[in-house]
Amino acid sequence: MTSVLYDVPGPKARRISLIGSVVGTVLILGLLAWIVMTLAQQGIFEGRRWAIFTRGDVWTLLGNGIGATLSAAAIAAVIAFPLGLMLCLLRISLVAWIRIPTRVVLEFLRGMPVVLMMLFVLLVFGTSSFIAVIAGLVLYNAAIFAEIIRAGIQSLPKGQREAGLTIGLTSFQSRMLIELPQAVRRMMPSLVAQLVVLLKDTSLGYIVAYGELLRAVQVMADFLGNAFLFPIFFVAAAIYIAINICVSRIAVWIERRGSSKTAGGVAKAPTAVVAPELPDATERK
Amino acid sequence: MEVIIENLPLYWEGLLRTLFLSAVSGIIALVVGTLLAAARVSPVAALRGFSTVYVEVLRNTPLTIAFFFAAIVLPRLGVTFQQFEVAAIIALSAYTAAFIAEAVRSGVNSVPIGQAEAARSIGMKFGQVLSLIVLPQALRTVIPPLINILIALVKNSSVAGAFFVLELFGYGRQMANANGDQVMAVLLGVAFFYLLLTVPLGILASTVERKVAIAR
Repeated sequence: MTSVLYDVPGPKARRISLIGSVVGTVLILGLLAWIVMTLAQQGIFEGRRWAIFTRGDVWTLLGNGIGATLSAAAIAAVIAFPLGLMLCLLRISLVAWIRIPTRVVLEFLRGMPVVLMMLFVLLVFGTSSFIAVIAGLVLYNAAIFAEIIRAGIQSLPKGQREAGLTIGLTSFQSRMLIELPQAVRRMMPSLVAQLVVLLKDTSLGYIVAYGELLRAVQVMADFLGNAFLFPIFFVAAAIYIAINICVSRIAVWIERRGSSKTAGGVAKAPTAVVAPELPDATERK
Repeated sequence: MEVIIENLPLYWEGLLRTLFLSAVSGIIALVVGTLLAAARVSPVAALRGFSTVYVEVLRNTPLTIAFFFAAIVLPRLGVTFQQFEVAAIIALSAYTAAFIAEAVRSGVNSVPIGQAEAARSIGMKFGQVLSLIVLPQALRTVIPPLINILIALVKNSSVAGAFFVLELFGYGRQMANANGDQVMAVLLGVAFFYLLLTVPLGILASTVERKVAIAR
C-alpha cells in the first residue's frame, strides 16, 4: 500500500527525498542536541549525579520496584484471565437473566478508569495498596478479556457450534470443548496486546502508593535529594519502556507465528475492527 | 447519598474540567496523530523513521511516566507553565497521538490499493492522493477505533487528578478524604459521572460503526 502512494522515485525525486531526509535528520538531531545542551547547562550530566548507579543499594531499590511491578502484573493477569473466561460465558449465556446483568456489569467495568477502581478498593475495603492494585487491574482486564474472547467466539463459523450440538454435546460442553479453545487461539494477539496494557497500568499503582518502579524512584529521589531525581527517573523510564517493548514484540511474534500455524489464522484486534464485510457494496446506497 | 447531593457543585466542576482536558488533548492528539500517520507513509525516510520511533516508544510508555516527564523534565528544558493543566494536556495529547497515529495508519492500509492507483493515474501528487482520496476514506473506516481511543482518553485523564489537577478524579479524592465515613458513596458518585461520559461515547461508537462504515 505504502509504495502505491507515490512513484518509484527517479533520480530527481531520490535526490529531493535524500535532501529531505538529511534536513529532517539534522532538525531532529538539532532538537535533541538542544535538549542535551540545556540539560547539561543545569549540570544533569555531571558524573557526580550518575555515580549513584555504582551503588548497590540503588539497584536493589530499583530491582525491588521492578519486582513489585512485574509481580502485580503477573498475579493480576493470572486471576483476570479465568475470570474473563467466566464472564464471557455468562455474557453469551442463553438465559436472559444471566446475560443481561452480566452485560451491564461489563459495561460498567469497561467505562471506569482503572485508578478509580484501585482507589475504591483501597478506601472502601481498607485493603493494602498491593491488593488494591491487583483488584483494580483484575476487574478491568477481566472485563476486557471477556469482550475479546466473545469477539473471538462470534468470529467462528456457525457450523462449529452446530456440529458440536449435533454430536450430542450440551450447549456448555460445546462452548468449553469446541468454541472457547478456537476463540482463545484466534484472539491470542489481542490478548497479549491487552497484557501489555495491563503491564503499563501497574504504573497507576504509583497513585495509590503501591511500591512499584515509579514509587521507588520517588522514594529514592526524596531520600537522596532532588538533584538525583532526573538520572533515576531516566533510568527507571528506560527500564519500563524496554520491558514493555519486549512484551509488545512477543505479541507481534505470536501474531506472525499464529497466522502461519493456526488453522484459519488469527483474527484482527477487536479495537481495530474495520467495517463488517457486507455482501454487496451497491446495495447500501 | 446526601454526600453526593451536597457536593454536586464539586462533581459538576470536576466533570467540566475532565471534559475540558479530554477535549483539548483529544483535538491536539487527533491533529498530531494524523500528521504522524502521514509521516509514517511518506516517501521521506527521516520522517518515516521519526514517526515509527515516536509511536513505538510512546505506545509502550506508561501514562504515569509521560505525566512524570511533562511535570518534571519539561520545566528543566525551560518550558514552564503556570498551571498543571498544561503539563497534563501535553502528556495526554502526546500519549494519545501515538495511538491515533497507529489507528489512522491501519485505516490507510485498509483503503483498497485501487483507490490510490486511480488517484495516481489521473495525475495526483503524493499530498493530493493522501489528503483528497486516501485519508477521507481512511478516517471513515477508523472512526469507531478513534472513538474507542477517545473513551480511553477520558478515562486516562483521571491520572491527571493524581498530578495536582483538580478534575473529576482529583475532586473525588479530595471529597473522599473530607468525608471519611461515606467514601463508598463519594466514589460511586465519581464512577457515575465517568459513566455519564464514557457510556454515550461507547454507544456512539457502535452506532457509527454500523452506519458510517463504508461497505466494500
